[in-house]
Amino acid sequence: MTEKVSSLSEERIAYLEGLVSRARAAAAAFTQYTQREVDAIVKPMVLAGMAQAQHLAEMAIQETRLGVLEDKIIKNMVATEFVYNYVRDRRTVGTIAEYPERGIAEVAEPIGVIFSVTPITNPTSTVLFKCIMAIKTRNAAIFGPHPKAWRCCREAARVMYEAAVRHGAPEGVFTCLDEPTIEDNVYLMHHKDVRLIDATGGRGAVKAAYSSGKPALGVGPGNTPVYLEKSADLDMAVVDIITSKTFDNGTICASEQTVVIDDEIYDRVLAAFDGLGAHICRAEEASLLARALVDPQTGYAQPLAVGQKAVDIARAVGLRVKPDTKLLIAPIGGVGREHPLSVEKLFPVLAVYRAKSVEEALKVCIDVNHAGGLGHTAVVFSRSEEVIRKFSEVINAGRIIVNSPGSIGALGGVYNDMVPTFSFGCGTGGGNSTTDNVNIYHYLNIKRVARRTQAHMWYRVPNQIYFNRNAVENLRQFPSRSTVIVTNPALEQMGHVDTVRRWMPPGTMLRVLAIPDAEPEAAAVVQGVEALRLNDADQIVALGGGSVIDAAKIMKLKYESPEADLEELAAPFLDIRKRVVRFPGGNGSRARLIAIPTTSGTGSEVTPFAVLTDKASGRKITLADYSLSPDVAIVDPQFVMTMPRALTADTGIDCLTHALEAGVSIYASPYTDSNAMQAIRLVFRYLPSAYEHPDDEEARSMMHNAACIAAMAFSNASVGVNHALAHAFGARFGVAHGRANALLLPHVIAYNASVPSKFMPSPNQRTYVAHKKYATTADLLGLGGESIEEKVGNLVRAVEGLLDLLAIPKSIADLGIAKEEFERAIPELTRNAFEDPSWRSNPRMPLMSELAELLWSAYNGRGLSRAARAS
Amino acid sequence: MSEAPMKLDGDPVAALREALGRVGSADGEMVLDFSGVRRIEPAALVLLEELAARAGERHVRLALEEVDVNVYQVLKLLKLSPRFP
Repeated sequence: MTEKVSSLSEERIAYLEGLVSRARAAAAAFTQYTQREVDAIVKPMVLAGMAQAQHLAEMAIQETRLGVLEDKIIKNMVATEFVYNYVRDRRTVGTIAEYPERGIAEVAEPIGVIFSVTPITNPTSTVLFKCIMAIKTRNAAIFGPHPKAWRCCREAARVMYEAAVRHGAPEGVFTCLDEPTIEDNVYLMHHKDVRLIDATGGRGAVKAAYSSGKPALGVGPGNTPVYLEKSADLDMAVVDIITSKTFDNGTICASEQTVVIDDEIYDRVLAAFDGLGAHICRAEEASLLARALVDPQTGYAQPLAVGQKAVDIARAVGLRVKPDTKLLIAPIGGVGREHPLSVEKLFPVLAVYRAKSVEEALKVCIDVNHAGGLGHTAVVFSRSEEVIRKFSEVINAGRIIVNSPGSIGALGGVYNDMVPTFSFGCGTGGGNSTTDNVNIYHYLNIKRVARRTQAHMWYRVPNQIYFNRNAVENLRQFPSRSTVIVTNPALEQMGHVDTVRRWMPPGTMLRVLAIPDAEPEAAAVVQGVEALRLNDADQIVALGGGSVIDAAKIMKLKYESPEADLEELAAPFLDIRKRVVRFPGGNGSRARLIAIPTTSGTGSEVTPFAVLTDKASGRKITLADYSLSPDVAIVDPQFVMTMPRALTADTGIDCLTHALEAGVSIYASPYTDSNAMQAIRLVFRYLPSAYEHPDDEEARSMMHNAACIAAMAFSNASVGVNHALAHAFGARFGVAHGRANALLLPHVIAYNASVPSKFMPSPNQRTYVAHKKYATTADLLGLGGESIEEKVGNLVRAVEGLLDLLAIPKSIADLGIAKEEFERAIPELTRNAFEDPSWRSNPRMPLMSELAELLWSAYNGRGLSRAARAS
Repeated sequence: MSEAPMKLDGDPVAALREALGRVGSADGEMVLDFSGVRRIEPAALVLLEELAARAGERHVRLALEEVDVNVYQVLKLLKLSPRFP
């Protein structure tokens, strides 16, 4: 049951309920049909409709007294043959489209019962069209025809229904209201078993459809502006306009209403109209037409004139015209209520406007468009692509018909390749839900079946890495006109710059830029870029720790792309492939960047990261992009032989943290795993000796390689929650990065190895594997253990043992940070850690409370952490 | 007491008409065996709705057995499925 419509009798309600009940059962049964069965019904229906095209047209003319018989026959043919041509090979049952490369399939789902309102102007053709659409999509339709066109519509529905049922369609699949009323429409539009309203008709029907609260396709009136621009093929344009505007006596709502003609061609165009049977009205005749044909109260055209012949209209209003007059053309001086003929006129009366310029012509077309035609149809005749483009941009119409007739052009499939239709979506401008030519896809719920896809992964590292002692000699193979060596004063004093200088190819102009050995500052970058410019550098050699190499990366960026906005480039991102901000491509003056690290930890010589400190604000800017990666890395242990012990320990643990975090990252791949595992193995094997015996060249060399290899892993798999926390904690308490990592590392391993409270979305991983990967690491290190839990515990203990050996403090408390101070800092630390992008590749999604717990665990000190103890 | 399940294969419309005739005299429960039904026609659906309504009036529990998934989907569309246990 549905809401009461007071004026409907009990009998009428029973009649309407019967229609819905039959349609509902038919629609339900129809869901069981296959595509083959559906197609076997559609074709004979179409043939039946075509066979009855003339009969139905005659009935329509007889009943409605509108239009032209011959044109109505054509419409019925288009509604069957052309529509069939469009739907014939299209799938509408089951899987209708597949996009294997995207892992997406589309599956059709019928809608159910559709209540379809049809207009008086195109009665039988609209019913034929909608019957084909309904059957092709396995829906049932109840037609609510215009009260003055119901007999011909009922006949059209009968013809289609009988053909359909004869070929297997479920009984009750179409019905058409007898003697319909507006109350019937209201009742059905609100009926709970009507799933969709498809209203093609006047303003009232469309508004009622959208007001029903149900999904609706409501497509209504228009007011088609035409711009006839001076470059157009005028003969073709005039014939097209007459063909279109007189087609079925102008009843198609896409037909031309006001033609705006350029001044230069205006007289010629009107003469051409006159020569082809149009009557050009004098001013007083135009006024007469306006008074007679447009209701001064509503501003709308008089319904009585709809679909009448030009001569009959002329006679009715007292205008003397030749008996073979096809079209009445009335010049107007503007658009709006003062110019009544600027409205939609579904009869062969056409307004024309003389425009002094393209600008004026476009404005008048916009005015017509906004005078009842928004979203519907517009026409432009021009040979100028610029004019066509501009027209398309400024006119709001679902169909912009170019150099062809508006009405027949909008129907689709005749003058263009648009989808054939008898229902023109007008978009929100016309109060509609679509701008499309309504078609079968609007009669379907299309379900997207989305298969799990693996995101594309990558493995990007500099294509040249030279390692082992004296690898610096390879500088000889890089010819350079002008090289700037970026380094720090200490390294210069130690003679390392001289070593580099020695191996530069002869003839290279060299300039040394020594910057303070802290995190690079904006001022240093500015200074460096200036040096690069002054020397017209084609090569940069960055000799130093991570800070120096980072500075060189940013100098290169600004040198090649002076417009680069570092603040903007530092914008956060979740997935580097989808980031909002793109790094600039450079201005062509590309300089080669060769990185020679003098510490064994950050791996900046191969990473796409750089950190810049703005001393003024105290803020750090972190940049990440593969365009920052050095072109060449020279990993020569001679530059790290004198590293102090504490630095050896801190940077070594930084390297271990890189490898362990990359190993369990959600972006880990077999490529990065091989790097991560090897780096871990090298750290455990060589870091103790590098620390205890600084002259052990093999240990130094292997640790130098380990740092670079771990960096290759995290350059592609990223790091995790350990780094996020270390960044926040280190910045807040001024603790070196490697040491901050070390204090957190055992706790983070235990945390990641336990069952997450929140899993991290990671389409590339089938299940949670962090604990298993830690166990594999333990196996690699020969730590023993039977179960995964045991192995993880052994790994944690091994890391703790290494930290002890390196004399790393056991806790944050051991750094001398008071508990109260730490407690006060916790909210800020957790907030900053959560804002840090590092954790976004962590296998476990950290909760803020968990970050705080980890910080407290690190504060209280190592020994097996809570999670590991629990396991 | 319930009677033996009434099979609907062959001509479900005829079987449902028969069921309609018997629902008045059914004792507590009427079981319809759908195992032979792979597709259901609109006429059968209308009868099934009528049967459900009449069974409800007479406090007869209707049970549908072995309903194919495609047929189940159709019954669901007509909101018939909750009316059967």
